[in-house]
Amino acid sequence: MIKQISLFLENKKGRLAHVCRVLGDAGINIRALSLADTADFGVLRLIVDDPARTNSVLSENGFVASITDVMAIQVPDVPGGLAAALEKMDKAGLDVEYMYAFIGTASQDALVIIRVDSIEGAVEIMEGCGINVLKEEQVYSL
Amino acid sequence: MYWNKPYECMPREQLQTLQLKRLQKIVEKVFHNVPFYRQKLQEVGFELGDIKTLADIKKLPFTTKQDLRDNYPFGMFSLPMSEIVRVHVSSGTTGKPTVVGYTRGDINNWSEVMARTLTCGGATKNSIVQVAFGYGLFTGGLGAHYGAEKIGASVIPISGGNTKRQLMLMEDFGTTVLACTPSYAIYLAEAVEEAGIDLSKLKLKHGIFGAEPWSERMRMEIEKRLGIKAIDIYGLSEVIGPGVASECQEQNGLHVFEDHFIPEIIDPQTGDPMPCGEKGELVFTTITKEGIPVIRYRTRDISILNDEECPCGRTHIRMHKVMGRTDDMLIIRGVNVFPSQIESALLEIGDTQPHYLLIVDRKGSMDELEIQVEVSREMFSDKVKGLEGLEAKIKHQIESQLGLTAKIKLVEPHSIPRSEGKAVRVIDKRKI
Ligand SMILES: [Zn+2]
Repeated sequence: MIKQISLFLENKKGRLAHVCRVLGDAGINIRALSLADTADFGVLRLIVDDPARTNSVLSENGFVASITDVMAIQVPDVPGGLAAALEKMDKAGLDVEYMYAFIGTASQDALVIIRVDSIEGAVEIMEGCGINVLKEEQVYSL
Repeated sequence: MYWNKPYECMPREQLQTLQLKRLQKIVEKVFHNVPFYRQKLQEVGFELGDIKTLADIKKLPFTTKQDLRDNYPFGMFSLPMSEIVRVHVSSGTTGKPTVVGYTRGDINNWSEVMARTLTCGGATKNSIVQVAFGYGLFTGGLGAHYGAEKIGASVIPISGGNTKRQLMLMEDFGTTVLACTPSYAIYLAEAVEEAGIDLSKLKLKHGIFGAEPWSERMRMEIEKRLGIKAIDIYGLSEVIGPGVASECQEQNGLHVFEDHFIPEIIDPQTGDPMPCGEKGELVFTTITKEGIPVIRYRTRDISILNDEECPCGRTHIRMHKVMGRTDDMLIIRGVNVFPSQIESALLEIGDTQPHYLLIVDRKGSMDELEIQVEVSREMFSDKVKGLEGLEAKIKHQIESQLGLTAKIKLVEPHSIPRSEGKAVRVIDKRKI
């Protein structure tokens, strides 16, 4: 399972830059990110090369962060590629809570980070549907 | 169990007769002996003999902490220093402190009310009382000490601090009663757990805690973690020190020792007296004090008086656990709001001490309240929906407890300014 870092951010000028600077200064490389926000606040979700250290760096810098288990799946980088994967997940009864695309790619395929409702056994179900789920080491070192 | 049954359980009518007699005497005394009071009484056109019933107390002017400061150090004393056997000094955050003086008789009366306080909690001559209130200029340590000696208990005058030694003596001497501030009691409970001391090895039965406001939640925590009954006690040096009021075994309000102190509740805005059952500022008149009697001293503590009969048999009126300070009170859309109420509403939601900021503003003719709450680790959810749910929950909690609609804004940890480690709780932007 991929460890995703989530943190609370106020919707205030310069906050996002500040987090990125803190992580950059600590030598942490951001692999993927998404920001879900409202008028007042946002939740920043990050895939990084070293989740445990990121979590402690953020805490030391006064952020509220948590670690969530997510999956990274590989889908063909063609029209309808993601749709096919999501349809398979629907059929298998996996409920997507949120998802976002990876910045870089491994090969010809696109990478998508997915958080499902019940993560237990989700990897096996996905693989059973013929979706390629990436291993932790693969993602952190991309 | 009572220390002084004839007085603590005196029929109300008889008690009121006694109060009136003592009130008349004390007013006459300050009129003659304290220039400050003589001038104040003359300013309101008061004449000796104007106190005919207890209700006439409202004709007397108030005394404030500032009055004591203005008359620093001994200007409010009603007797020469040759009659004063001790002084205590209360810390002032601004300017000069306030000084109070005790005659031999005051020390005896103070010991008496503290003896009642300890007995209220369940202490006897067989008790071993660990006094972990600070000794010195502060009234807590010596107040509890004299009361405990008066009932014949064995006193461990350890004062505050040195937690390791507190625990060692508590275990080795078999302390049965702990006297300290509630926050120190929690600190000691943590230390007991850290040291891995088995509660069954301690003989602690109850504790008397005071000198700072504390919540029912703190009481539950102290009782559970130390395995004791936690009794709330009340007092302030300007009135006498600890021993003004104490909870009994019912733990449902603190009996004010009315043969020594007359309590009133007033509207902090207008100064008008308020009836029993209504919330307002506590005011005390000392009717037996010799060194420095105070007339209608405004405590700035918010409470409610309850004159219903108490199952314990004491006839003295009960005051509600202190609910806040008038200094902190805000009036928002006509509703009296105390930061402490917001705090307890927030405590219902998270487990940890919340950091929050109240921002009051006026848009048009409407007051608006925004409550900023720092997101703690326990509150955080990585889902926006979860956080919005949290905001809604806080909003609902505030609405149901205060009857006020507030805008809730979640903010990052450490984003609310703190001064001297204490959070700044209120920003009032209204221009009235
Ligand atoms: Zn009672």
